[in-house]
Amino acid sequence: MIEIEGITKRYDATTVVDDVSMVIEPRTIAVIVGTSGSGKTTLLRMINRLVEPTAGVIRLDGADNRSLPGYELRRSIGYTIQGHGLFPHRTVAQNIATVPVLLGWDAARTKRRVDELMTLYQLDPQAFGPRYPHELSGGQQQRVGVARALAAEPNVLLMDEPFGALDPIIRNKAQEDLRAIQKRFGTTIILVTHDMEEAVRMGDKIAVMDAGKLVQYARPAEILAKPASAFVETLVGASEKPFRLLSLGRVRDAVETGTAEGEAIPADVSQRDALAELLWSGRPALPVTGADGKPLGRVTVDGLVKRAARPA
Amino acid sequence: MTTRFDKLGVIIAAIVAYAAFAAPFATLRANRIVPGEARSILEALPPTLGPLLLAVVVVAAVVALLKTPLALRLAASVVALAALALLIGVAGSFLTPEGNSFARISPASGFWLLIFAFTLLLADGLTRLNLSPSARIGVLVVAAAAIGLLLVSGSWNSLSILKEYANRADSFWAEGSKHVTLALGSLAAAVLVGLPLGILCHRVEKLRAGVLNALNIIQTIPSIALFGLLIAPLGWVATHVPGAASLGIRGIGTAPAFVALFLYSLLPVVANTVVGLAGVPRAANDAARGMGMTERQRLFGVEFPLAFPVILTGIRIVLVQNIGLATIAALIGGGGFGVFVFQGVGQTAMDLVLLGAVPTVAMAFTAAIILDALIEMTSTRRREAQPA
Ligand SMILES: Nc1ncnc2c1ncn2[C@@H]1O[C@H](COP(=O)(O)OP(=O)(O)OP(=O)(O)O)[C@@H](O)[C@H]1O
Ligand SMILES: [Mg+2]
Repeated sequence: MIEIEGITKRYDATTVVDDVSMVIEPRTIAVIVGTSGSGKTTLLRMINRLVEPTAGVIRLDGADNRSLPGYELRRSIGYTIQGHGLFPHRTVAQNIATVPVLLGWDAARTKRRVDELMTLYQLDPQAFGPRYPHELSGGQQQRVGVARALAAEPNVLLMDEPFGALDPIIRNKAQEDLRAIQKRFGTTIILVTHDMEEAVRMGDKIAVMDAGKLVQYARPAEILAKPASAFVETLVGASEKPFRLLSLGRVRDAVETGTAEGEAIPADVSQRDALAELLWSGRPALPVTGADGKPLGRVTVDGLVKRAARPA
Repeated sequence: MTTRFDKLGVIIAAIVAYAAFAAPFATLRANRIVPGEARSILEALPPTLGPLLLAVVVVAAVVALLKTPLALRLAASVVALAALALLIGVAGSFLTPEGNSFARISPASGFWLLIFAFTLLLADGLTRLNLSPSARIGVLVVAAAAIGLLLVSGSWNSLSILKEYANRADSFWAEGSKHVTLALGSLAAAVLVGLPLGILCHRVEKLRAGVLNALNIIQTIPSIALFGLLIAPLGWVATHVPGAASLGIRGIGTAPAFVALFLYSLLPVVANTVVGLAGVPRAANDAARGMGMTERQRLFGVEFPLAFPVILTGIRIVLVQNIGLATIAALIGGGGFGVFVFQGVGQTAMDLVLLGAVPTVAMAFTAAIILDALIEMTSTRRREAQPA
C-alpha cells in the first residue's frame, strides 16, 4: 500500500505539486493522467525520493519512505523513466541486470532473471543481450527499460509514460503483458500517461492532475460517469465517453438469453469491440461463446447501447 | 568534357615539379657551421640513380594528378617516399669527399618538399580508405619500423643529422628520456590533480567559473615568463623546506619546468572533464539514481565511462602540447631535446637543431595518432547516444 499524504513540491515560488493526498491499494494499478507540466513526473519521483517533497509524507506499507537511505529505497522500487534512459555504454543484458548487480545477486541468478525477462518481452537473449541500446528500435529500447525496472522483482513499480514510443499493436501487447505480470506477482503499479485510453484500460483507479492539484481520484467508470470538473470532462473527451465506458466491460457481463445468427463473439472480448463488430456486420445480435466454445447466449446492439449510457 | 584531374593532385604535382627541377635536393658544406652549396637531384646522386629518382617522382606525380584508383595512388606515394628515404642516404655518401670527416651533407628544401607532397598523397589516400583505429595504429607501426630499419641499417649515417647524433649518442638518449619523463610525468600529475578537480567543478557550480578562469589565465602566460615566475618561489622552497632540495627541487632545472608543464596541462584536463561530465545524457544520470546507485557508483559506473572519450581528448591535447613545450625546459636547465635545439642555435649548427627538433616532432605526431585512435575506439559505441 502506498499512502501519499499532503504532498507538496515547490520550486522557489512555483508550486509544482500542490497538497496531493491519495492511497494506492496493494496489488492494484493507479494511473496518473494530466496535461503536460501538471506535475505527474514530479509526484512519481517523490515516491522514490528522486525529488524531496517540500511538505507531506509518503508511506510504503506503513513505513515512511524516508526511513531508508534514498539509494536503498530506490533499489526496492522499480522505475521506468520517461524516455527509457538506458545506459548507452552498457549492453541490453547489462542494462537489465543493473539492480540485481547493485543488490549483489550472484551471476547465475542474475543471468537467469535477465534471460527470463528478455524472453518475456520477446527479445531473444542471444541476439539482443550483447547489443547496445543504440542498436535497438525505439520500441525495443522501451521494452528493455521496462524489463530493467522489473529485474529485481520489486513490489512497487513506478512507470513514467512507459509505452509512449510504441505502435498501437505493440502497445496493446505491452499493456496486456504488464497486466499479466502485475496479476502474477501482485505488483503495485503507478503509471503516468497522457493517453486516456490507456488510463481506462490499465487503471484500477485513475488520478487526474491539473496544475499540480489532484482534481479527481476514482475508478475509471466513475471518472467517465461523473467527471469532477470541466477539466476532467475535457480530458476524458465528451464524445468518447460512451465507448470508453463500454471498453471497461467484457461481453460475458452483457450476455442476454436467446440465440442469434452469425459468427460468435468470445466472452472475454471487450463490450466496445463487440458493439463495433455488431455495427460493422449490420446485425442486431450475435451469439456469444465461452472459452470452451460452448454457446452462452447472445449480445445485442440495444443491450450494449443501454450500457453505454451514463450510469445512474 | 569533365575534368580528369584530381584537385589535391594538381597541388601535389605542382609541388613535385618545383621541388624536383628547381629546388636543391641536398646541401654540401665543408664543415658543420659554414653556409652550404646546393645540389640538384642529378648532381647529388650517381649517374644511374639520379634519373631513376626523377622518373619515380614524375610518374608518382602523374598518378596523383589524374583521377586514378585509390590502390594505385597509395602505391605511388609509398614507392616515392621509399625511394626518397633510401636515395637521400645514397646522396650522403656520394657527395661526401673521400676520407673527409668534416664535410656535412643534409637534405635540402627540394627533398623536404618532395617528402611533404608524397606524405600528403599518402595521408589523403589513407583518409579515403577510412581505416579503423587499430588499422591506423598498424600503419603507424609499419612506418616506424621502416624508419627504424633505415636508421639501424646505417644507410643514413652519412647525413649530417646522424653525424651530430654519432658525436653525442649518449647524451641524446639521456636527454630523450628526460624529455619523455618531463612530458609524461607532468601529464600524469595533471591527470591526478585535474580529474578530481574537474569532477569537483562539475558538482559544485560555484567553483566552476573561478577555477576555469584561473587556469585560463595561467594558460595565457608565455612559457618563458612562467619559468621565470617559478624560479623565485621554488628557490625559496629549496632553501627553506627541509628535504626539498634533496628531492631535486631548485629554482632552476627540472623542477620549475615540471611545475610549468603541469600548470599548462591543468586547463585542458579540467575543462574537458567538466565538458565531458556535462555531456552525459540527463536520462542516463536520472536512471542511475532511479535504479538506486550511490553517488560513487553513478560517478564510476555511468558518468565517468560516458565522459571518458572527451576526457581522453583533453589528455591528447596535453600530451602533444607537453611534448612540444618540454623543449623549452632546456632554457632553464631542465634538460630534454631542447638542449640540442638551443645548443644548435647558439653554434648556428642547423643539424644540431634538427637533432633536437626531429625526434620531438616525431614523438608528438605519434602520440597524436595513437590517442586519436584510442579516442575513436572508446567512443564509437557511445557516439549515437539515445534521444532524450
Ligand atoms: N527541477 C525543477 N526545477 C524547477 N521547476 C521544475 C523542476 N522540475 C520540474 N519543474 C516544473 O514542474 C512542472 C511539472 O513538471 P513535471 O515534470 O512533473 O510535469 P509532467 O506532468 O510530468 O509533464 P509531462 O507530461 O510533460 O512529462 C513543470 O512546469 C516543470 O517545468
Ligand atoms: Mg513527465
